[in-house]
Amino acid sequence: MMKVCANDSPKKQVLLPMAPLAAGAASDSQTEMSPPRLEQAFVTGSVAGPSGRIPRVSSALTWCDRWGAIKARWGVGRMHYAVDPGLYALGSPDDGSPVLATANYKMSFDCLREALPGRDAWVLVLDTEGINVWCAAGKGSFGTEELVRRITASGLKDIVKHRNLILPQLGAPGVAAHLVRKQSGFKIHYGPVLARDVAAYLDAGLRATGEMRRKTFPVRERAVLIPIELVATLKPAMIIIPILLLISGFGGERGFLQNMAQDGIFSVLAFLCAILSGAVLTPLLLPYLPGRAFTTKGIVIGLPIAVALIYAWGGDLHGWRDILFGGSWLLLIPAFSAYLAMNFTGASTYTSLSGVKREMRWALPLEIGAGLSGFAALLVSRFI
Amino acid sequence: MKNLIYLRDVVTLRLDRDKCSGCGMCLEVCPHGVLAIDEKRVRFRNRDACMECGACSRNCPVGAVSVEAGVGCAAAVINGMLNRQSATCGCFVDPKNPSGGRAGGTCCS
Repeated sequence: MMKVCANDSPKKQVLLPMAPLAAGAASDSQTEMSPPRLEQAFVTGSVAGPSGRIPRVSSALTWCDRWGAIKARWGVGRMHYAVDPGLYALGSPDDGSPVLATANYKMSFDCLREALPGRDAWVLVLDTEGINVWCAAGKGSFGTEELVRRITASGLKDIVKHRNLILPQLGAPGVAAHLVRKQSGFKIHYGPVLARDVAAYLDAGLRATGEMRRKTFPVRERAVLIPIELVATLKPAMIIIPILLLISGFGGERGFLQNMAQDGIFSVLAFLCAILSGAVLTPLLLPYLPGRAFTTKGIVIGLPIAVALIYAWGGDLHGWRDILFGGSWLLLIPAFSAYLAMNFTGASTYTSLSGVKREMRWALPLEIGAGLSGFAALLVSRFI
Repeated sequence: MKNLIYLRDVVTLRLDRDKCSGCGMCLEVCPHGVLAIDEKRVRFRNRDACMECGACSRNCPVGAVSVEAGVGCAAAVINGMLNRQSATCGCFVDPKNPSGGRAGGTCCS
């Protein structure tokens, strides 16, 4: 099974030019525009097209598809989790079937076909370099130019009689509907935000309710992002944890190893609590935490955790050494937590770039300041 | 859960009501219900809910809506400050290994 899954990676991933939209790369765009391969693992057959076979896919996801999605959520193979761009047949579409566009991030593609059981449709996959629709639209790779190119290259005009194309609403930041119509003849219909509403949208005659047009950020969506947030902390943690253990060994009346086993373990625990606070609890509790800035939310949850942890540790707060050591974590936990919370702005569905920049103007100096003073206090506490 | 709102009075979204033709495309593509149309002219309904995704301005055929579009991602802003290329989406091109494709980033789910 794993071997079959491994075949999913698209053929030209490493050959993609740096600027994928750069003009003049005639030979490159020629190979890029070749139809999707039939031998991709999720392809179940093919239908005849005017110029060759068109791969057919099913709305039923296999365990292989699901396993791939789980891995991507944990950051494994996530940057190359892609399907070949081009036209696919979902079920048995004919020249009157709807055409739905999506990104070539495999999770986006799978999400769309899974939402359309028992339906026949054409799926036009744009080359977004394995990035989801919304992020790719923000970068412009899910954009007017790529869409028009892909419409032409797929021969869509000879495959369907109508000139209607359904796009995910979140593709709109990259696509100018009026320009696509002018350049390709196809009229863009922006479908709902979520793939799971597409069936209802089709049944309603391409009409989305107000609710289908809103991007919310419910707890389930926040929770699935936690693994990737944790994975992102892994690399820095691998450096920070040994340093914490090492520093804790110095000073005091006890021996190096004994220090490490006590203050060292406490430091590592405190550090992990900060990660828990910023990368797990902040996303989960996001709407319930006070403050609009994510940094505020990270502090609001990090500070009580720091106080509780230091209280549980029960140091001797009459001695300078313990005051400094406890105080260092009173600074470090909220600082780490706030930083991680601030970085969750990118995963959230409602923060603006202007807002993030304004938040960072005060938040970044605060986080760095608290982090450095905390670290200084930690160092000093070992040597007095 | 009520819709989440980020910082107040910060977004760069601007409307030119004189240019507006009232086609309603901006309302359709906005994921946060920021805009409304009164008497065939666009107006703000909830300006602070704007996330500057740029869908409205991109799809306005008459240029009545403008915004400095971007991705509200602190990690991407930091990548930009550290001179890693492309401060969008947290996914940057590694300058040392450009042929290695895109790397890093935590925001694209």
